[in-house]
Amino acid sequence: MTTLAPTPSSSPAPQEGATAVVARHVAVVSRKAVVASGVLTLLLALLVALAPHAGLARFRFSSETDLFRIPSVAVPGQTVAWVCVVLAVLVTAGMALLVRAGRRVPVVLSALLAVLLVVGFLAWAGAGSDRDFPVVRLVGGSVLLAVPIVFGALGGVLGERAGVVNIAIEAQLLAGAFTAAVVGSLTDSPWAGLLAAVLAGALVALVLGLFTITYKVDQVIVGVVLNVLVIGLTSFLYSQVLVPSADRLNSTTRFPPVAVPLLSEVPVLGPALFRQSVVVYLMYLAVPAVWFALYRTRWGLRLRAVGEHPKAADTVGIKVQRTRYVAVLVAGGIVGLGGAFYTVVSVSSFGKEMTAGAGFIALAAVIFGKWDPVRAALAALLFGAASNLEGALSIVGAPVPSQFMLMLPYVVTVLAVAGLVGRSRGPAASGQPYVKE
Amino acid sequence: MKLELRGITKRFGALVANDHIDLRVEPGEIHCLLGENGAGKSTLMNVLYGLYTADEGEILLDDEVQRFTGPGDAMAAGIGMVHQHFMLIPVFTVAENVMLGHEETKAAGRLDLDAARRRVREIADRFGFHVDPDALVEDLPVGVQQRVEIIKALSRDARVLVFDEPTAVLTPQETDELMAVMRRLKEGGAAIVFITHKLREVREVADRITVVRRGRIVGEASPTSTDAELAALMVGRAVELTVPKEAPRPTASALEVRGLEVTDPTGAVVVDDVSFTVRGGEVLVVAGVQGNGQTELAEALVGLQPASGGSVTLDGTELLGRSVRQVLDAGVGIVPEDRTHDGLVGAFTVAENLVLDRTDGPPFARAGQLQLGLRDRFAAEKVEEFDIRTQGIDTPVGRLSGGNQQKVVLARELSRDLRLLVASQPTRGVDVGSIEFIHRRIVETRDAGVPVVVVSTELDEAVALGDRILVMYRGRVVGVVPATTPRDVLGLMMAGIPQTEGASA
Amino acid sequence: MTTPDPYAAGGAVAPDAVPHNPATHPSPEADPAGPPPAPVEDDSARWRAAVHRVFAGGWAVSVGAVLLAVLAGSVMIAFTDEGVQEASSYFFARPLDTLGAVGSAVGSAYAALFRGAVWNFRADDLAGAIRPLTSSLNFATPLIAAGLGVAVAFRAGLFNIGGQGQMLAAAAGAGWVGFAADLPVGLHLLLAMVAGIAAGAVWAGIAGVLKAFTGAHEVIVTIMLNYIAFYGISYLLATPGLLQAPGSANPKTPAMQDTAILPRLLGERFTLHAGFLVALLAVVLVWWLLNRSTLGFGFRAVGENPAAARVAGIDVRRTTVVAMLVAGALVGIAGTTQVLGTVTTGFSYDIDAGIGFDAITVALLGRSTPWGVLGAAILFGGFKAGGSTMQAAENIPIEIVLVVQSLIVLFIAAPPLVRAVLRLPQPQARPRRRATTREAAA
Repeated sequence: MTTLAPTPSSSPAPQEGATAVVARHVAVVSRKAVVASGVLTLLLALLVALAPHAGLARFRFSSETDLFRIPSVAVPGQTVAWVCVVLAVLVTAGMALLVRAGRRVPVVLSALLAVLLVVGFLAWAGAGSDRDFPVVRLVGGSVLLAVPIVFGALGGVLGERAGVVNIAIEAQLLAGAFTAAVVGSLTDSPWAGLLAAVLAGALVALVLGLFTITYKVDQVIVGVVLNVLVIGLTSFLYSQVLVPSADRLNSTTRFPPVAVPLLSEVPVLGPALFRQSVVVYLMYLAVPAVWFALYRTRWGLRLRAVGEHPKAADTVGIKVQRTRYVAVLVAGGIVGLGGAFYTVVSVSSFGKEMTAGAGFIALAAVIFGKWDPVRAALAALLFGAASNLEGALSIVGAPVPSQFMLMLPYVVTVLAVAGLVGRSRGPAASGQPYVKE
Repeated sequence: MKLELRGITKRFGALVANDHIDLRVEPGEIHCLLGENGAGKSTLMNVLYGLYTADEGEILLDDEVQRFTGPGDAMAAGIGMVHQHFMLIPVFTVAENVMLGHEETKAAGRLDLDAARRRVREIADRFGFHVDPDALVEDLPVGVQQRVEIIKALSRDARVLVFDEPTAVLTPQETDELMAVMRRLKEGGAAIVFITHKLREVREVADRITVVRRGRIVGEASPTSTDAELAALMVGRAVELTVPKEAPRPTASALEVRGLEVTDPTGAVVVDDVSFTVRGGEVLVVAGVQGNGQTELAEALVGLQPASGGSVTLDGTELLGRSVRQVLDAGVGIVPEDRTHDGLVGAFTVAENLVLDRTDGPPFARAGQLQLGLRDRFAAEKVEEFDIRTQGIDTPVGRLSGGNQQKVVLARELSRDLRLLVASQPTRGVDVGSIEFIHRRIVETRDAGVPVVVVSTELDEAVALGDRILVMYRGRVVGVVPATTPRDVLGLMMAGIPQTEGASA
Repeated sequence: MTTPDPYAAGGAVAPDAVPHNPATHPSPEADPAGPPPAPVEDDSARWRAAVHRVFAGGWAVSVGAVLLAVLAGSVMIAFTDEGVQEASSYFFARPLDTLGAVGSAVGSAYAALFRGAVWNFRADDLAGAIRPLTSSLNFATPLIAAGLGVAVAFRAGLFNIGGQGQMLAAAAGAGWVGFAADLPVGLHLLLAMVAGIAAGAVWAGIAGVLKAFTGAHEVIVTIMLNYIAFYGISYLLATPGLLQAPGSANPKTPAMQDTAILPRLLGERFTLHAGFLVALLAVVLVWWLLNRSTLGFGFRAVGENPAAARVAGIDVRRTTVVAMLVAGALVGIAGTTQVLGTVTTGFSYDIDAGIGFDAITVALLGRSTPWGVLGAAILFGGFKAGGSTMQAAENIPIEIVLVVQSLIVLFIAAPPLVRAVLRLPQPQARPRRRATTREAAA
C-alpha cells in the first residue's frame, strides 16, 4: 500500500545543510590571488626590461627638523628593481605552491608582494633622477589622501553590515564638504563646519534610508541617483550662491596640524602620521571605534543580525527598520566627517565635484576589506598610497605619463574586486529591503 | 501557562488565511495543529507570535488578553517558537544567537558573552544536548541547529512553545529524539503547539489534535484516529492514497551512474562515489533526509553542478562535462527542486515559461527570432492538457499557485522528446489535487519507456512513486532497495544504517 | 544554515498584481509564499479595476514625478533668486512683493526653458521658432542611444554605470577613424561609426567579462572603467601622434574630415543631424531585440532569474558578456554621434558631457523599455536645450537640470511616495473603495 501525504511547503537550501553533515572534505582554494600576483609581477618586469633606467635612486627618510636623523639611502635603481622582480616571482611561486598543496595564501604574502612591487617600481622610476624620494612625504601624503576614503569606507561598512548598500558615499562626502565649507565660513569655526558636515552626511543618509528602508526602492539605484542629485545640488548652489559671495560663504579657516608629543618624533612615521590635523586623529580613533561598536556591543550585534538575517532578528524582537535607519544615519555622519576633510583641512573652499570619485573608491575599499572596518581602512590606505604615487613620481620627474599614475588607483580597484578579493562573502541580506508582510 | 485563541481572523487582500479560529492549549499538553500546506497553520502561528497582526480576534494567556505589536511582546509574554525555517544567524555563534535580542552587557557597553555561554550550557545540560556555545551555527548539522532554536526559546523562559513543522529536516531517529524533548517539556508544564502535516508524528505525540483546512478549523481528532481518517479530515475528501501503476516494463534504454563524486565550493564532498543504474520504464526514487547530497546528485546528473569524478552515461553517451544546454539537447527533462528559484522566471508569462528552455532553435525560434504565434498555440495547448489554472497564457507565472506553477514546469519538460527525466521534489508545496496529477504524469512518462529519477525527501512519496528506492546518507548510497521495503528499514537507512544491519537490529 | 529567506520568494508576486478571478484560482498559496493578490468580486468590477490600474500604475506616477521634480526645481530657483531674496528681506512688511518676485523668477525661468526647448516665441520666423525643438532632439540623440545601452543592461540584470567610459572609448575610436583615415564618402562615415560602436562595446565588454568570470560587481567595475577611460583619453589627447591635433599643445583632436561627418537633416541652419535617425533605428532594433529575438529572451531571462535561466540551458556567463557588449555598443552610438555629428571640430576628454550618467536617469524614467527610453530622452533633451537658454537668459546654473532629473527618477522609483504626495490611489487598495474616493474627490 502506498500513502499520499502532502509535502512540506518550504523550499530550504539543502546544499548548505549538506556541508554540515558530510564527513569528507577536500581543500578548495581560489587561484585568483596567484593569477593577479603573476600579472602584476609580469607588468613590473616588462616595465623594467623594456624601459631600463641607469643611475641611482635616492630615498630620503628624515627632514631637517627631526630629532633622530636617518641618512638618505641611494641604491642602483635598475638593479634593485630587478631584485624586487625576482623576489616577487619567488613570492608568486610560493603562493602557487601553497595553492597547489591546497592551502590558503596568507595575507602576509600578499602584503609582502605589494611592498616588493612598490619598492621595485619606485627604484626603477627614481633611477637616474637627481632628486630623492621624500619617504616621509610619501607616507604622510598617502595617509592624507586616504582620509576621506577611510571615513567613506567606514560608513560603507556600517551600512552594508546592516543590510543597506550605500552607493551614495560620494554624495555624502560631497554634501559634507559643501556644508562644512558654508558653515565653516559663516561661523569662522572649523569645528562648526565639521559638525555641520556630520549632519549633512546624515541628511543624505536619511534620504537614502527613506527610499531604501521605508519605500524599499532598489538600493543601488537610489545610491546612484543620490550621487547625481547631490552633485547637481552642490554645483547649482555653488554657482548660484557661493561664487557671488565667496568671501562670506566659501572661505574657511582650516584646522592647523598639531604635533602629538613624543609620537611625532618617531623617525619616518612620526612626522608622517602624527603631525596632522585633528580630523586625521579622529580617523585614527574612528577605525577602532567602529570595530569595537560592530563586534563588541549590543548595538553592533543587532546591526549585524539585521544585515545577515532580518527576519531572524525580527523574531527575537529587534526592530529591523529602526536598526537599519540608525546604522545608516551613523554611517552617513561618519562619511560626512570625511567630507569635511576637503574643506576644513585640505583646502579652504568648496569646488564643484571636488570629491572626484573618492566615494566610489571607498566603496571598493569596503569590498576589498571584506566588510570589516579595519581591513577596509587598510584598503583605503592602499588606495591613498596609489593616488599619492603620482605626486611622488612627479617630484623625481619619473618617465611615466602622469595620466597613467592618476589611473593607478582605479586600476588597482578593478584588480582588487576582480582578482584579489577571492571568495569573499558580504552580509547575506545586504541590498535587500526587509518586507514584513 | 494556558494559551487561548479566540476568533482569530487574518486576511491577505481577499484571501482569508485564518477564519475565526479558536484554539485552547493547556499547560502540560501537546496540542497538534494538523493541516495541508497552505491551510493557514503558519499564518496562525505568526499571528500568535506577533509577526502578523490579526484582523479580528484575541489572544489570551492565562485568561488575560494580550496585545502583541511584534515578536518582542510575544516573547516577553512567554511565547517561544521553533521556526520551520530556523531563525538563526548563520555567521553568529550559538551563544550570540541565543543572546540576540536580550543581550546582557558589561562596562562600556561590552557584550557579556560569558553570561550567554553559561546560559547555553545550563539549558543544554538540562536536556542532554551537546552544543558548543562557541560553534558557528552554519557549521552545525541541521538537527543541532534545531536544538539551538529550542535553547533560544527556553533561554527566555518560554512557557508556551510552538514547533512549526519541526521534523521536515530530521532523520527518523532525530525525530524520535525531538519527540522525547517535547514530552520532557510537556512534563515540565509547558503548553506545546505542534504544527505538522505528518500523520504518524501526530498520532505518536499529540494529546489533542485540531485539524485546519482552508483557514478554518474543520474538526478535532483523537490520537487514536487512523491515517485515512486524519487525511480525509485534513484534505476534505477521501484521498487517493495510492498512485495507480502497473509493474515496470524495462526497456533497453538506461541511465548509468558510476562512481559519481561532487565537491562543493567549500571542499566538502557532497556526493561520494555514487553508482546506480536506472532502466527505461522504471522510476528510481532517491530518498534521504534533506541535505544528504540528493540535490547535488540531481544537479550533477543534468550538468548544473560540475562533478569532480565518475561518469554518467545515458544510452552509452557520457553526460558529464557537458553544458546544461547540451544535456537538455540530449533529451534530459529537468524538474528542479525549487521551482520559483530554478524552474520558472516569475515575471515571465506562462507562455514564455513554457518555452523557457526551447528558444535556442526550431521550432520556437528561427534565425534568432522567436516564433510567437507557434509559441502561443503551443502554450494554449499545454495549459489545456496539463489543466494549468491560469487567467491566460499571458499571465505572469509568479501569480499562479504552487501546484499550477509546478504543472507549468512539468508541461515544459514532458513536452520535449525525453530520453531521461530527473525530477527533484516534484510535489513539494503542491496541493493534493495537483500532487495526484503530477504523479500520474510521471508514471505515464515511465510507462513510455523513459528512465525516471525522482528525488524526494518524503518517504511516503518515495514508496508511492518508486519502483526502487536509493537511500542516500552523507553523500553516500546506503542501499538500493525495492519500494516494498518496510518503512522502518527505510527509516534506518535514512539514518545511515544499511539494510542488513537494520534488519538484524 | 538551511533556511533561505522565505521573504525573498515572496518577491515572485508582482506588487501591482492584476486582480485574479477567483473562479480560475481555487487553491490558496502555500503559507510562506505570502498573500496572494486580491481577487475581483465580479465581472462588473473589471472596468473599475482597469481604471484603477491606470491611476495606480505607471503613467500617473511618471507624470506626477515629473511635476513634483519641476516643483522642487521652482523652489530652488525661487530661493536662490536675488530678487526674491531682496523682497523677502521685508517679507513681513510687504509679503506680496516676495510672492511676486517668486512668481517672476520662476515664471521667467520656465519661460526661458520652454523657449530653449520647444518653441521660441521671440523668434522672427518659423525656422527660428522651431530651432529649439530641433536642438532638443539633437540633445536627445545621444541620450536615446546611451539610455538604450543602460536599459538593455538593466533588462539583463546588469547596472551599467559605465556610460562615460564607453562614450569616451567610442569617441576615441570613431574620432580617430574620422580624422586620421582617408576614405571615400560613405565608407569613411560607416567605418568611423563601426569603430566607435566597437570601441564602446569592448569597453563595456571588459566589465561583462569580469562580472561573468570573476564575479566582480559591474557597478564598481564600470565606474572604475570611467576613470580609466578618462585618464586614458587624457593621455591620448596629450600625446602627439595619437589623438592630439598636430601642432597644438591643447588636449584636443583635429577636426573630423568632411567624409566622416553625419549629414545635417534639415539643412545647415539646423544642428539636427543624421545621428538622430541612427538613434531611432536603435530604438526599433532594441525593441526587436528585447521582445522578438532569442538573444533578448535570454537577456530578460537572465535578468529576471539567472538561476532559472541556467537550468533552462541559457549560458548565463555568455549572456552577461553579450549583454554588456550590446549595451556598450549602444552607448557607443552616443559617443560616435557626438564626435561625428554634434562636435565635429575636434573633441576633448569632456566629450561625454555627463550623458553617460544622464542615460541612467533616462533608462529609469523610461522603465527600461525602448519606447519609454525614447520619450524620456526627448524630455531630458528638452531640459538640456532649455537649461542652456535658462542659464544664458536668466543666469540660472544648468545644474538645476541635474537636480530635476535625479528627483524625477527618485520619485519614479518610489511610487508609494508620489501617490501619497499627490493622493493617487495606492495599488494595494481595493478598486471599489478607490473608485468612491475618486468620485468624492471629483
